[in-house]
Amino acid sequence: MDARTPAQPCLLEVSNCRQAYHKDANADLVVLDGVNLRLREGEIVGLLGRSGSGKSTLLRIVSGLLKPTAGDVTWRGKRLDGPADGVAMVFQSFALFPWLTVQENVELGLEARGVARVEREKRAEDAIDLIGLGGFESAYPKELSGGMRQRVGLARALVVYPDLLLMDEPFSALDVLTAETLRTDLIDLWSEGKLPVKSVLMVTHNIEEAVLMCDRILVFSSNPGRVASELTVPFKHPRNRLDPDFRQMVDDIYALMTRRAVPEPRAATAPPISPLAMSLPRVGTNIMSGLLETLAADPYHGRADLPALAASLQYEADELLPLGETLQLLQLAVLEEGDIALTDLGRRYVEADTDERKQIFADALRAHVPLVKMIRQVLDERWNHRASAVRFRDELEDHMSPDYAADTLRTVIGWGRYAELFSYDEEAEQFSLEDIA
Amino acid sequence: MSATIHPSLATARRLPNLWDAVAILCVFGALIGGLHVAQGTLVRIDAPGATQISLDPANLPEYAVRTTLRMFAALFCSLLFTFTYGTAAAKSRRLGLVLVPILDILQSVPILGFLTFTVVFFMSLFPGKVIGLELAAIFAIFTSQAWNMAFSLYQSLKTVPADLAEACDSFHLSGWQRFWRLEVPFAVPGLVWNTMMSMSGGWFFVVASEAVSVGDNTWKLPGIGSYVALALEKQDIAAVIYAIVAMLVVILLYDQLLFRPLVAWSSKFRFETTAGATASDPWMLRLMRRTRLLQVVGGAVGDAVAALGGLRLSLRIRPRAAGQDKPSRVIDAIWLLVMLGVLAWAATRIVGFAATELAWSDLGEAVGLGLITLVRVVVLMILASLIWVPIGVWLGLRPVWARRAQPVAQFLAAFPANLLFPPFVLFIVYFHLSPDIWLTPLMVLGTQWYILFNVIAGAAAFPGDLREAADNFRVGGFLWWRKVIIPGIFTYYVTGAITASGGSWNAAIVAEVASWGETKLTAHGLGAYIAEATDKGDMARVVLGVVVMSAFVVAFNRLLWRPLYAFAQRRLTL
Repeated sequence: MDARTPAQPCLLEVSNCRQAYHKDANADLVVLDGVNLRLREGEIVGLLGRSGSGKSTLLRIVSGLLKPTAGDVTWRGKRLDGPADGVAMVFQSFALFPWLTVQENVELGLEARGVARVEREKRAEDAIDLIGLGGFESAYPKELSGGMRQRVGLARALVVYPDLLLMDEPFSALDVLTAETLRTDLIDLWSEGKLPVKSVLMVTHNIEEAVLMCDRILVFSSNPGRVASELTVPFKHPRNRLDPDFRQMVDDIYALMTRRAVPEPRAATAPPISPLAMSLPRVGTNIMSGLLETLAADPYHGRADLPALAASLQYEADELLPLGETLQLLQLAVLEEGDIALTDLGRRYVEADTDERKQIFADALRAHVPLVKMIRQVLDERWNHRASAVRFRDELEDHMSPDYAADTLRTVIGWGRYAELFSYDEEAEQFSLEDIA
Repeated sequence: MSATIHPSLATARRLPNLWDAVAILCVFGALIGGLHVAQGTLVRIDAPGATQISLDPANLPEYAVRTTLRMFAALFCSLLFTFTYGTAAAKSRRLGLVLVPILDILQSVPILGFLTFTVVFFMSLFPGKVIGLELAAIFAIFTSQAWNMAFSLYQSLKTVPADLAEACDSFHLSGWQRFWRLEVPFAVPGLVWNTMMSMSGGWFFVVASEAVSVGDNTWKLPGIGSYVALALEKQDIAAVIYAIVAMLVVILLYDQLLFRPLVAWSSKFRFETTAGATASDPWMLRLMRRTRLLQVVGGAVGDAVAALGGLRLSLRIRPRAAGQDKPSRVIDAIWLLVMLGVLAWAATRIVGFAATELAWSDLGEAVGLGLITLVRVVVLMILASLIWVPIGVWLGLRPVWARRAQPVAQFLAAFPANLLFPPFVLFIVYFHLSPDIWLTPLMVLGTQWYILFNVIAGAAAFPGDLREAADNFRVGGFLWWRKVIIPGIFTYYVTGAITASGGSWNAAIVAEVASWGETKLTAHGLGAYIAEATDKGDMARVVLGVVVMSAFVVAFNRLLWRPLYAFAQRRLTL
């Protein structure tokens, strides 16, 4: 691909980037590993991956907000050390200052550069008009809708005429229609050459958004975050979501992302992984039952195409994939080539009544989730059938970040309670066998 | 300034209006008054009129102005302290290790006990001049105001939203710009609220600190506090009532002129991105926004502040990337050693001092008296809760009443309760009641209102759907209190009760000893112990009393209030 556009100079180069958080006892927690990225002028590049794949971390490394543990970041041929000039960022949460007006928020970056007041106001007004915010100059962020707020975020980034525009899941906090309007507006400005930027790097977990906007997509795998594959999007702007080629590409990426999720078979000589090294997403039992029932019913009859399912349920890949993987972990469903299919056990679960469902779920948990098995074992062994949750969280934290450990524990508590494998006292942070038949 | 103005109104605004006249009068009146008082501080202490008080009510306006100016001088110092100490504690990890616990302790130390010694210190700085006394009074007020303000700033600086901090870095804001654009605005609502609380606390101290006796000399700085002290000596009940009325007027004025507008203005800095229900602007803020002159002045000041905050000052040329630079262990170790050295030195000094002046029996006595005061505080908190929680809930659940009652309760909390002591003392003397029991209510006289207005706020914020659900399932009587409303307002109640109980400990020093002319009433307790030691100039026992009281307050907070608050935050927050 490098050969295809040799004329465009390279803006940014990330080589062999690794980001790890230091743990005292055990090995480091690796968030990003061996990531390479070259960004040339005139392209929109998307970093696509699930939450926890380190794509936002990479964005912060590129912006200079975060220093990588190892590896080099070169910006316009120089090593990056701290936030670079010519890089501006758009935040998922908008990050607008609630006490500054739209105009003042937009002027912020210019003020930091010491641009004189007259020029500052002129440039801010231009950016505000460009992004379709004219008339809102004196409004405070809290008076605006989400879409308008993100327009302020965009104007604030564009007003400094950045060479590189970084966007961290810029549309994920917006509703579907608003997000679509913003995407098309941005792409229109880009295609017409009205955006004062040379290149755009955006993070997203929305597959369609990536295919709609980007010229190149890097698909990340999780744990640790790596670039699993790199795709070039060959379509011209404006792109049509209903175009069969477009759909095919979305399907392919779904397949790619689900295939990656299956753990690779390990050689017998490989060091054993601790049973606790498995981080679990926050997936509730109701939503699992709901998906299983949906799969079993019309029109899917036990098998569904993931993009189609996501579209009809109004789920994003980032929500649907962890759900599917959890069902696969419990062997209630399988993921294959962008499809999800019920297993026999899953079908039995759907047909069962409440008590039988709980029994099936409990058996699946004990068989496939080592943490649940371990908690129950400890409880059975103790004379008072009680155990502190802190101990399990500490053990989990040896293998993952504290946030993930907390999430995993919370998920397991919810599952265990539903399956009536154990009860949990939030106040005392204690597992017990009280009220368990 | 960018507000859109209707064209027809815009022309009208250009002419000076009636509000301008009012504003000019106010501004110049304040300037002249301030100058007059400033001249007064340079007079010698024995000059005629410098430290004499007359009970003629015609003097009260001047006394009120002087007392108020002392308050604002102290407030200014508190703000300086807040912005230096609070910022240093938040910005430097090593300083924070030391400064934060110190602040935490200072918050619970009853500084009132040290009044005599600070007076001696400041008078030695300016021998024979009134300014020494003035500074001592200002310092006493400062010590009642500064700590919670500094804490408020510290906590705000520590909880700046991460995405905004990142935005600042990514747009290359310098440290100075970041401080004024992000950190200070973010801290403003909390700081304004705490300033208001500090003002209320300060009145209590101003009354106690204007009339001081050191050894045989008693000085009375012209002010409302010394006016009351003289009225008590002369047994002039009419003068006491004049003073109370004057105080009411002063508090009403600064509340309306300063704090209402400030609070309304600070709501713009509240960190929430949803538009909430906004109360109408207080009249003073409207006046400031409508007055042409004040607008121009305010605009100029605002622009100057904005320009100052926008300066690209920074210790570092550019912000560094966060992450990998680990703090130096060597410097940490040196820092720790220095702190340990200071600690050891302080400990030997204290032990040496205590060994020469005090015996173990003194400690026993102080702790015993502390326990008596503890019983008082606990009983009072229970009584105040039993009375004010039901009333607060009743008021809070009725929006019309809540709106009327809330300002009144806040106002009462701001009123210096020690002005109200004389009627109580008269009452006790007249009926020959036991001071041990009947002096006790004075301790909560000023602080009970914190419980009331927090409970009102909690009940007013109680969700309508939960009330409807309770009604729908016919939850009533005791069950309703136990399962519905008490858990619903608990967080608010605890917030109020913490302030109330802290204030009660402090008030003990003034409330356990009361006098009316020649009659002196003393209750048994740690407060009376400190007050008596202060009278005798017995430094060792003052220090001992204050230390024991601080220990009680800290223990009370750590063992009761903090766990309760944590529990409420965890389980009972809606």
